[in-house]
Amino acid sequence: MSHESIPGFVSEVEAHGETTVVVETARLEEAARYCREELGFNFLADIAATDYLGWNERTVAGYWGSDGGRDINRPGSWGLATKPEPKPTRFSVSYHLLRLAPGAAEAPRIRLQVWCEDGEAVPSVVPVWPTADWHEREAWDMMGIPIEGHPNLTRILMEDDWEGHPLRKDYPLGGEPVRFSSAE
Amino acid sequence: MAVVERADTRIYEGSRIPSPIPTILRVDPKLHEDGDILQVNFGPNHPSTHGVLRLIVDLNGEEVVGLEAVVGYLHTGFEKNMEQKTWWKAITYPERIDYLSFQYNELVFVLAIEKLLEVQPPEKATWMRMLLCELNRIHSHLIWLGTGALEIGAISMLWYCFRERDAVLDLFELVTGTRMHTRYFQAGGLAADIPPGFFTECRRFVDYFPRRIDEYEAILDRQQIWLERTQGLGLLSADDAIALGQSGPVLRASGVDWDLRKSDPYLAYDQVDFNVPVYYEGDVYDRYRVHMDEMRESTKIVQQCLDGMPEGPWIVDDRKIVLPPRHELHTSMESLIHHFKLVTEGYRVPAGEVYVAVESARGELGCYLVSDGGPKPWRVKFRAPSFVALEATATCMSDALVADLIAIVGSLDTVMGEVDR
Repeated sequence: MSHESIPGFVSEVEAHGETTVVVETARLEEAARYCREELGFNFLADIAATDYLGWNERTVAGYWGSDGGRDINRPGSWGLATKPEPKPTRFSVSYHLLRLAPGAAEAPRIRLQVWCEDGEAVPSVVPVWPTADWHEREAWDMMGIPIEGHPNLTRILMEDDWEGHPLRKDYPLGGEPVRFSSAE
Repeated sequence: MAVVERADTRIYEGSRIPSPIPTILRVDPKLHEDGDILQVNFGPNHPSTHGVLRLIVDLNGEEVVGLEAVVGYLHTGFEKNMEQKTWWKAITYPERIDYLSFQYNELVFVLAIEKLLEVQPPEKATWMRMLLCELNRIHSHLIWLGTGALEIGAISMLWYCFRERDAVLDLFELVTGTRMHTRYFQAGGLAADIPPGFFTECRRFVDYFPRRIDEYEAILDRQQIWLERTQGLGLLSADDAIALGQSGPVLRASGVDWDLRKSDPYLAYDQVDFNVPVYYEGDVYDRYRVHMDEMRESTKIVQQCLDGMPEGPWIVDDRKIVLPPRHELHTSMESLIHHFKLVTEGYRVPAGEVYVAVESARGELGCYLVSDGGPKPWRVKFRAPSFVALEATATCMSDALVADLIAIVGSLDTVMGEVDR
């Protein structure tokens, strides 16, 4: 089934039996409402933000990749991997939707995806699915995605005065600066 | 089984989700003017909060008129840590996220890796995973029942439940060598073969366990205090439950017949026979009923897994993702190289993104994985059912008394490790 009728439709990919529909960031709320009301996706399972900083650059998850490369990026193969496809912007936000019909013997799912740069706002979907509240706060807290129109956009897992967004790729692992008395 | 007359409470129609913020119950400004509102900080270190949950509660006398849940006190950055580990080393992390139904977290992560790798584990591994997961559901529900009853005064329940819980942990120890956080599932199958003797012990457990459930019900079902403290409390209508993303026992107690094991059968759930308990009052008592029935159904599934356990290999024979048998290391150079490469560098997983969901003891547990084709995950995100369950506290809590607060929070079955990750 094609999903081109979703408002703000950009592209659609089928992979691993899952459908990913990319929509325009600005028209996300409209697209979400359409998915719920017209396509019946009444259940928002999850919102997952991903940081693609460093994606497709010289290392593959810390290992060297080759440009043309041997085609060894198959399951369980060894050696240098080919680089993955480049991504349009730094961040993606994925909305995992489910059509929940009580008693049904099927669970159709779709992934609604938007792309944004650092600091670019993503519209809130809380008016469409109230459960998005905490998921969006988590996306803000962990990834620093500013959610536009969220009723209560505060940090959720880190303290209120925390600096930085820990799940970003440029956030260091041992991220707490330690000040020694001798340095003062 | 005792038959219980229901209290004459009816579940509300429509929606009670607070507006504008769906997860915070705000005090009516009028009450502030003429009432005597007391703001109480409940937690984060309180024995009834199942870990470190903080609730900011506004009280008008004994009545809860405002509520905000504050989470994050147990945030440990599992997802960030997993990005730094190779795929097969990262398997140890998800178990520690939800420390009561560890095998589900392990399972969902392993299933997601297998989906990216396009690997099909052997039948025996699939059935053994199903068996252990159902035992784990029993384990998780027992802790829920024991602690939930303890919190509203039925102290003896804790000891009975922990007696059976210990029996389940003994079974885990027998198979995996560890009582909790077993790390028994691998991409491609199981970490080791099922030891002889497990099936006898497991059969003994499933033979006597249903009688123990009867005993729990004998203690609770005609206990006037238990009934009064659970019936008609923490109401959540079916519409609200779906809108708030609830899943698992909370959703099924609100009258929604939904179970991923039935609607989207993973493992071999389409080959076993079980029922999905659904209750319609949406209160704490119905959540209790769902948990009790699910333990019975899980016992049935374990029984069927024991009867139908296939023979054969317990892990795929793919040397690129699976460690070679130990004895080969002494005789085969290739095996030694494979072993070395797997342990140092790990296996590579093709680039792509997947979302896999399973029905854990608490509901839809999802795992979103992004791989860039390398030996480490690019992004791991867990859809934690407890995290979502806590979003419903504000809706459940309207017109509750402060004494009911503990019963209601307990009934949502949250594990703070999973909420905060």
